[in-house]
Amino acid sequence: MTTLLSVKGLKKSFGGVTATDDVDLDVIKGELHAIIGPNGAGKTTLISQLSGAVKPDAGVIMLNGANITHKPAHTRARLGITRSFQITSLVMDMSVLDNVALAVQATDGHSFKFLKPARKIGHIRDKALAMLAEVGLAERAEDPTRNLSHGEHRQMELAIALASEAELMLLDEPMAGLGPEESATMVAYLKSLKGKRTILLIEHDMDAVFALADRISVLVYGKVIATGLPDDIRSNDAVRHAYLGEE
Amino acid sequence: MIGFSRSARINIGVMAILAILPVFFWWTGQTFYLSLATRLVILAIAAVSLNLILGYGGLISFGHAAYIGIGAYAVGIPAHHALYGGMDFIASNNGFFQIALAVVAAAVFALITGAICLRTKGVYFIMITMAFAQMVYYFFVSIEEYGGDDGLVIDTRSEFPLVNLDQPIVLFLVSYVVLVLAMWLVNAIVNSRFGMVLQSAKGNNDRTVTLGYNTYLYRLTAYVISGAMCGLAGALLGNFATFISPEMMDWSRSGELMFMVILGGTATALGPVLGAAVFVVVAQFLSELTIYWHLPFGLMLIAVVLFARGGLSGILRGKGS
Repeated sequence: MTTLLSVKGLKKSFGGVTATDDVDLDVIKGELHAIIGPNGAGKTTLISQLSGAVKPDAGVIMLNGANITHKPAHTRARLGITRSFQITSLVMDMSVLDNVALAVQATDGHSFKFLKPARKIGHIRDKALAMLAEVGLAERAEDPTRNLSHGEHRQMELAIALASEAELMLLDEPMAGLGPEESATMVAYLKSLKGKRTILLIEHDMDAVFALADRISVLVYGKVIATGLPDDIRSNDAVRHAYLGEE
Repeated sequence: MIGFSRSARINIGVMAILAILPVFFWWTGQTFYLSLATRLVILAIAAVSLNLILGYGGLISFGHAAYIGIGAYAVGIPAHHALYGGMDFIASNNGFFQIALAVVAAAVFALITGAICLRTKGVYFIMITMAFAQMVYYFFVSIEEYGGDDGLVIDTRSEFPLVNLDQPIVLFLVSYVVLVLAMWLVNAIVNSRFGMVLQSAKGNNDRTVTLGYNTYLYRLTAYVISGAMCGLAGALLGNFATFISPEMMDWSRSGELMFMVILGGTATALGPVLGAAVFVVVAQFLSELTIYWHLPFGLMLIAVVLFARGGLSGILRGKGS
């Protein structure tokens, strides 16, 4: 049980709103750790601080024992953190394959290579195609990304996260906006990833969370009010109160 | 021409016309049209260079004329000192030296200003690139040695072994070859790994950074390449006009370059060339008809932007809407 990601005393406020309030969080290598919490609890802000998109006001983020609190987002990606976005974030003008190939390319040394056509580099293309096949999008590879459905975009996000070979995948509501069938496919797929990757999952779909998570942390108003095994969380009074109090 | 896609055939066709027609003008002694074609080709090089960052990089530089000016003065200043003395270390009519000076000076200027400009986004980027270009403009206005805002006459064109730029057809052919090389280079760059990152950063910067790319450095590199290429266009323009002045880098000149790229079609190989061609030719003929030629010209741009997404090259490829 080695700790992959360790967060201590993380704080972030926007104006008067405290989005992250003294968060401590440990993610163990190989686990699927879910973060749940009511709307506005600061889940996405937390992910953004971990990926480097947002700078924390205070606190320390350690990855594999190294302090990455002040590392920019692109460096953290190189160190092994990738994220998917709650609101689909893809390059709409590029083909599906190009989007994924770009993630593979990032793992293949620097890209200050100017003359050789990128689309003719076999090992990058092949790997990108394999990732697309894995999420079931192989047939859409050459289509412009904007022509795909929302569900397919979510699958692309996942293919990109996979292609990056990151040790730690931060998945921000991968099920957002999916229909029941698509959700079930996504859950099955995430299940198949368990043990292979370390995943920090934000999700609103409680059935999915309890089906997938090894451990769960509950975030309310920027504070972690509980962390534990799914069964402990289900029976935790504070958690019940937070959720029932909200609804 | 089986084996070429429709767009490749159009590219080859247009570039062939652009090569053959001026030679025909030269053959029949129509020097006016030959010189119009030469100016067109040189401006097309500048537009191709701008397209690299504007079209493929999404960086709306409103200061690209500065590089034309820097390139032109990199020819004019050494030539001036070669004739009148002073500044011995740069006094020279050697074409290789002048071209190298133009490219290096433009690249250095792009590196320094780009490092600052690229920290900003959107409308701020547009304003700051324009501000830097105006700085260069006023810098040359203030130097009396080189004529201030009256400009500077280049008495001797860049000298190369075997190639005499004093002959209009030679200057045209040299410019044409440079244009083809510039188009080839930009095409290679945008399809390379580097180009994929550049285009991805344009489409979605956050995503690209999340993948592990320091998009700032990629953009800065493209900015420097584009500036250097435009500096080369400036060196050719100095040789073509044999007269240079700060007016060459006025902000309205930067606007014209943007106009060409957008009119022709951003992020396409042929777009900037088509845009430059239509700009130069239409401006010429409209200005012969009326001194108010800017009005129909402006309306034309509005019509192209509104009705032909993808510009003129989009219309040619049959994807006008």
